[in-house]
Amino acid sequence: MSPISRGFHGRRREAATAGRVPPGQYLTHDFPVLSAGPTPHTALAKWTFSIEGGREPKRWTWQEFQALPAETVTVDIHCVTRWSKLDTTWRGVSLDVLLDFVGYDHPYALAFCDGGYTTNVPVADLTGGKAWVAFGYQGGPLAAEHGGPARLLVPHLYFWKSAKWVRGLRLRDTDQPGFWETYGYNMYGDPWREQRYAGD
Amino acid sequence: MAGTAVRGRLSDPGGRPPQAPLAAWQTATVSSVTAETASVRTILLNVPDWPGHRAGQHLDVRLTAEDGYQAERSYSIASAPGEPLAITVERLEDGEVSPYLTEELRAGDQMEVRGPIGGYFVWEPEMGGPLLLAAGGSGVVPLRAIVRCRIMVGSSVPVRLLYSSRSWADVIYSGELSRPTPGVEVIHTLTRSHPDGWTGYTRRVDAAMLAEVAFRAAEGALAYVCGPTNFVEAVAAGLVGLGYPAGRVKTERFGASGQ
Repeated sequence: MSPISRGFHGRRREAATAGRVPPGQYLTHDFPVLSAGPTPHTALAKWTFSIEGGREPKRWTWQEFQALPAETVTVDIHCVTRWSKLDTTWRGVSLDVLLDFVGYDHPYALAFCDGGYTTNVPVADLTGGKAWVAFGYQGGPLAAEHGGPARLLVPHLYFWKSAKWVRGLRLRDTDQPGFWETYGYNMYGDPWREQRYAGD
Repeated sequence: MAGTAVRGRLSDPGGRPPQAPLAAWQTATVSSVTAETASVRTILLNVPDWPGHRAGQHLDVRLTAEDGYQAERSYSIASAPGEPLAITVERLEDGEVSPYLTEELRAGDQMEVRGPIGGYFVWEPEMGGPLLLAAGGSGVVPLRAIVRCRIMVGSSVPVRLLYSSRSWADVIYSGELSRPTPGVEVIHTLTRSHPDGWTGYTRRVDAAMLAEVAFRAAEGALAYVCGPTNFVEAVAAGLVGLGYPAGRVKTERFGASGQ
């Protein structure tokens, strides 16, 4: 039973959005930036996206990646630091399209990025129209501080799983924790079950 | 890549097992509320079973209204390990939680806390230095915990704190930061207005200022940068430009919306 904080009233959520905001989150209209180190800047000529560990490893250059079928999606995003943002519009390539190239039966993936960031996601959470490699945001290119040239977009999990500056996936038989997962954050990160921290 | 230390990258401990479960919410009783500036308060919390923390970590706060409505936010811990637990909170116009914490809260009031949280933006004495700390506004809070930790353990690691504020009236911890401490230098820049006779910097942190203030890259400094996004982007990029490996520049950012 939580103690009452004397004199605290708070601000109730509008009914229209109440069902879209997970527990412990608040709505923002900004797009806050969070990252552990300096923003990397990778020239598009040097950018590639790789999928390693499948039966047929695959690598795309930026040009090849742009030639893949892209889609525009509008999704709600939820950051573990408690802000949620509704109706964000992204352009990117579905992981269904990318994973179709490689042939795999691995249950886990570790995303790796410029700057050394990693994060782990079950493959089942990357397939079935639930995840993209996004390079466009709100009609323009994705800004570097928000993860451009391209970031993972896995909006049904807390947003640290949507790795910025993503350069590829390593398919794995075991679930290896990534960067924040070794610093006390949850291995899976479902915002609707409030899986913020280790053991939640 | 995972498990391999690569120069110029996040010091990713990939391959380590995930951490032990984080302890549940605990009741905290406010022991005091101290004004730091017109809009900033330091709140001392009594948490009987606080597991301890490292300098630079943060905690979650949960407030409960009489009808059961709850709101949660994260705040940086302002105190060094071993000191009474403290957070420093800036009131944000249009905020839901910070106006309550800075204007209504008083000694004896209760809330819940959970933590400590975050294991990357931390300094422990064995990590050494020198330490280049760069703060924008209330981004000084976790860096103050690092400075206090450095002083409390008697470390001789040289520290430079470059602290950007709008005006002298907005400087948090101005009293304790003005007290001379051997090996700890505090360099202020006041970006909007400054007192008569002010001889310090009066502009936003830029590459030229960093070149004057920061330890040289060859000295192997560890940098901690905390503040609003624009500040952190400028400082982190500036330090990389001076030759700091990206893996030696740890950042903590808060957007304009952190209510």
